[in-house]
Amino acid sequence: MPRLVSHPDEVKIVTRRFGLGAADIDRYMELGGYAAAKKCLEQGPEWVIEEMKASNLRGRGGAGFPTGMKWSFVPKQSAKPKYVLVNGDESEPGTCKDHLIFLHDPHSVIEGTIIAGLAIGAKLGFIYLRGEYRYLLQIMEKAVADAYARGFLGKKIFGSDTEFQIITQTGAGAYEVGEESALMESLEGKRGVPRIKPPFPAVVGLYGGPTVINNAETIATVPHVIAMGAAAYAAVGSPRNGGTRLFGISGHVERPGVYELPMGYNLKKMIYEVAGGVRGGRQLKAVVPGGSSTPVLLPEEIENLGMDFDQVGKAGSMLGSGGVVAIDDQTCIVEFAMRTISFYQHESCGWCIPCREGTDWLKKTLTRFHAGFGEAKDIDNIRYLAENMLGRTFCPLGDAAAMPTLGFVKKFRKEFEDHLNGKPCPFAKHVGLAVV
Amino acid sequence: MSQETMSLFSPQLAARLDALVEKYPRRRSALVPMLLYAQDEVGYLSDAVVAEVAARIGITELEVRNVATYYSMLRFKPAGKYNVQVCTNISCMLRGGYEILERFQQELGIGPKGVTADGLFSLEEVECIGACCWAPAIQVNYDFHDELKPELVPGIVDSYRGKAQAEGGSSHA
Repeated sequence: MPRLVSHPDEVKIVTRRFGLGAADIDRYMELGGYAAAKKCLEQGPEWVIEEMKASNLRGRGGAGFPTGMKWSFVPKQSAKPKYVLVNGDESEPGTCKDHLIFLHDPHSVIEGTIIAGLAIGAKLGFIYLRGEYRYLLQIMEKAVADAYARGFLGKKIFGSDTEFQIITQTGAGAYEVGEESALMESLEGKRGVPRIKPPFPAVVGLYGGPTVINNAETIATVPHVIAMGAAAYAAVGSPRNGGTRLFGISGHVERPGVYELPMGYNLKKMIYEVAGGVRGGRQLKAVVPGGSSTPVLLPEEIENLGMDFDQVGKAGSMLGSGGVVAIDDQTCIVEFAMRTISFYQHESCGWCIPCREGTDWLKKTLTRFHAGFGEAKDIDNIRYLAENMLGRTFCPLGDAAAMPTLGFVKKFRKEFEDHLNGKPCPFAKHVGLAVV
Repeated sequence: MSQETMSLFSPQLAARLDALVEKYPRRRSALVPMLLYAQDEVGYLSDAVVAEVAARIGITELEVRNVATYYSMLRFKPAGKYNVQVCTNISCMLRGGYEILERFQQELGIGPKGVTADGLFSLEEVECIGACCWAPAIQVNYDFHDELKPELVPGIVDSYRGKAQAEGGSSHA
């Protein structure tokens, strides 16, 4: 069972019901559940969208797109049915926040999905979990069945004339399916390859109908925004970055865990105070701030860094999925880069050539390099390969592979150079990774 | 598919799959979950499984294979009764994921993608399983085990051996 953690600096909004038995529908309602959905039903879609806009809630999947804005792009009139799609295909290395949401507060996901459906005029929502989360699917399925039994889902929700249904399902192992257009393909029973955009899903999405796709954390946040009011929610975060974020701190820290902190919280404090500092009294070497696809930051770069979409962007990286990975001074960055790219090579769906070939060559080069057979020209070649992947693929997986690689090479060039001339890795631990 | 007697699957699974295709706006949407549920029961996607799934959805076997080969959890060969999946992605690697993998190799006497001679265990090195803050973590089938240390590995292996014995025990008693 995943361990829950706590720290006095936390502002518990989304995690408010964690550990309180809220997977039970009665308990969820005792704790204020389903009042927000009822309120939205009374107030109507325009009010809901205005509240979401005013809350400054931005997409928690990684791109940080304003949620209210996204919902407002869905056409009011549509010949085809509209859909809500909840992305719980959580697969970005370093990220495990949705895991806890499904485990501890499944009804918040259902309630958020209902509200999104009301806002855009959809009658059907899908909650898609990654295939590995089977036990969490079972929790979600029970929660959905309970919500149907109470009349919160169905033909006439909460006794109104409004219909809203939910279907839950899992994938079967594919990082790429976390990309919104690939997710729709998978849900249509196909290989999870991305679609070209435009048209955007808000106009042409699932089964060709207008579709809103939100990350599970975003959706679980929605009822809380309605319950506490948009202004109060926005006030918690930093400018243009409303509320809190579930930061998953992993790697070489004393107290890893998922902590709910206000947007804009200082990254150095997050590592040294909230997560208890670097394990075993070692020194911090680098931090991956938002999941494995975000460029690495050096200790001096996190001194005054507030963790919100805008500030981390300005620092040359991304807030991404909020998965903070701390790396200590006993870690080989070349190996870390190799393990990172080997993930993207494995997960590239092969649809776009720059990503398929680029990830493969980067993996081969970095593996050879780390094994002590690197050449000086490899370092620039790695940069050349990565730079030529950027922006040249249908979906962001190519960028997700290229960006961190560029960060490692630029910021740790000396460590790459140290591996040269047949010198094996000075940290010499897992050199056994096969050159495929 | 109403000819349940012809199904390869247990009556429970057949009924579940009958309901699954009716659930979605389009029948084909049931494909990925159907493959996973079928694999859970049969152990892998045999030719017969692929044929029945194709018939249930109403697409060709080739289309089923085309989709199934995309997803890393779907397999065309049997795995062990307990499929041990060790995450070695970054968060797990930093906290000893490779040491956990090594220890499983020793305990089970097989390498990654291997199956033990008794068919009880198989071993896989897998990508991130969404347990980064409780690393290093593994899954045995769908069960998570987290915050592992190499010395905990023999106990995990024993617990599944015991489980298998308890399940098979009644017929040998």
